[in-house]
Amino acid sequence: MSLRAKQSNLKGKAIKLGNNISTDDIIPGRFAHLRSNLPELAKHILEDVAPSFCARVEPGDFLVAGRNFGLGSSREHAPLVIKMSGISAVLAKSVARIFFRNAINQGMPVLLCDTDKIADGDELEINLSDGLITNLTSRPLPNKVGSGEGLLSSGARLRSSKTPSFMLAILEEGGLIPYIRKHKDFIIRCSSEPY
Amino acid sequence: MGKTLAEKILSLKSQSDVRAGDIVIAPVDLVFVQDTTGPLTIRQFQESGFGVLAESQKTAVFLDHAAPSPSQQLSNDHAFLRQFAKETGSALFEVGSGICHQLVAEHFANPGDIIVGADSHTVTAGALGAFATGMGSSDVAVILALGKTWFRVPESFLIDLRGTFPEGVYAKDLILYLIGQIGADGATYKALEFGGEALSQMTMSQRLTIANMAVETGAKVGLFPSDEITHNFLTAQGRGDGYKPLYTNAKAVYEQVISVNLNELEPMLSYPDAVDRVFAVSKARGIRIHQVFIGTCTNGRLEDLAIASSILEGKKRHLDTRLLIAPASRQVLAQAIEKGYIGALIDSGAVILPPGCAACLGLHQGIPGDGEVCLSTANRNFKGRMGNPNAMIYLASPATAAASALRGEITDPREV
Repeated sequence: MSLRAKQSNLKGKAIKLGNNISTDDIIPGRFAHLRSNLPELAKHILEDVAPSFCARVEPGDFLVAGRNFGLGSSREHAPLVIKMSGISAVLAKSVARIFFRNAINQGMPVLLCDTDKIADGDELEINLSDGLITNLTSRPLPNKVGSGEGLLSSGARLRSSKTPSFMLAILEEGGLIPYIRKHKDFIIRCSSEPY
Repeated sequence: MGKTLAEKILSLKSQSDVRAGDIVIAPVDLVFVQDTTGPLTIRQFQESGFGVLAESQKTAVFLDHAAPSPSQQLSNDHAFLRQFAKETGSALFEVGSGICHQLVAEHFANPGDIIVGADSHTVTAGALGAFATGMGSSDVAVILALGKTWFRVPESFLIDLRGTFPEGVYAKDLILYLIGQIGADGATYKALEFGGEALSQMTMSQRLTIANMAVETGAKVGLFPSDEITHNFLTAQGRGDGYKPLYTNAKAVYEQVISVNLNELEPMLSYPDAVDRVFAVSKARGIRIHQVFIGTCTNGRLEDLAIASSILEGKKRHLDTRLLIAPASRQVLAQAIEKGYIGALIDSGAVILPPGCAACLGLHQGIPGDGEVCLSTANRNFKGRMGNPNAMIYLASPATAAASALRGEITDPREV
């Protein structure tokens, strides 16, 4: 089944993190000895910066970050442990280059959008084919001190950057390795698409 | 219209006329893995269904990040990589050979090459004019099989360098200054291209330091044109045949031009826990340091050890400040012994670690304790980077590191 048919609409809650979450934050280098034991490695996800993450995350949830998510090392173990935790997509204002490729290569969508409009715990629905993010959480109107101001109201939509078509094709196969097993080569038309 | 270095290399390699923003498929000249990213890469390669390496490229395996291995698990990973290298005929660089990026500069990189490593600091080889970039395991696994990959041709920032470094100021201070100006994500997906009259006096060692940290601005590559200095370096390495002239055409289009007059720079420092928290050393004097680490792919070369040795020779490190030195390669270590630098450093109280990544990434050989402060010549100071999330890491030049080791606190090298 293709990704579009299987998961063009993803639903889950937002787990928010801040700016500049590095690959050392996601999976610290000191656990490199566990890299050939992925289930053990995954237990240490985000443990220095968001120790409650492991207990909170449920299958389908979204990791919602600020600027420059995944900066640092090329370790693909970073998106891999995020995916293993049950996260179905990463949403961020911006993402480091190597992390972006690695996440797509692991079959995990990355959407770039104004994540200030999303609150921790918001229930979201994401349509991958058009990049629209819908808030399913009702929340009180912003109060006088401005709490809740700028957040998506219930039913409101947020547009994210469009995923280039050849990256969608990699996502559809569940990642780069299954894609290459099937096609035996890159099926990319040289173009001026974004990314 | 002219071309940037990135456009020029990717046009030549893809045999098409490409511009920033285009997507190209290009052949890879050298692909490599190291011991912390290699095992996953090799498993993915085995899963890819190809089984054999593409013959069009060179393949190398480096055992450097945890070398010699500090644990049973990492020893098993090393054994797995040795077996892979043996079966496929890949070049194997055993523990003690040195850091992958230094060895790529010494043995492989040529102007105009495309180099992909399963390590983010692969950008180091941009010093030699190679389009060198880091990728993750899946991408590298596919390159092992196909000998090529896709690239988005990056827009370029021209870093126009004028003047000469004042006394006590080095390439590390320049790149820290630039990272402070550009920010940790200011050049995401872009190429940094270095140019200007200052290059004519910039050694290969300095260029390698600068290109190495291009990735800390988010950049895909940090590219230098090739020139006589490149040619001389390659000749000294016995690889003069690999030299090709590589320079930017007139009228190349840059997204930004950043001009720096080297004469105006001073010693710089990155504060914990972000590489772009950059301030002048003169504003940070007096911060107590428990450990100084001189080495890494950023600053573990012969010139770096010469600078450290000139400051420490005949003196002793501060009693409460440990001093760790890790030469970037066996060649660097041998030359540093011959020149007397290692002897001087040992006499000053330094611990000499084997060539490799050593204390940089928190696996072994110098993990700081809770609440301790480390001054390192490395390229990253993220929380937990050196193996302890409760320690703090400052980044600086070998001169600042050596001066700080003498006094036991952050010290401007112009004062010692």
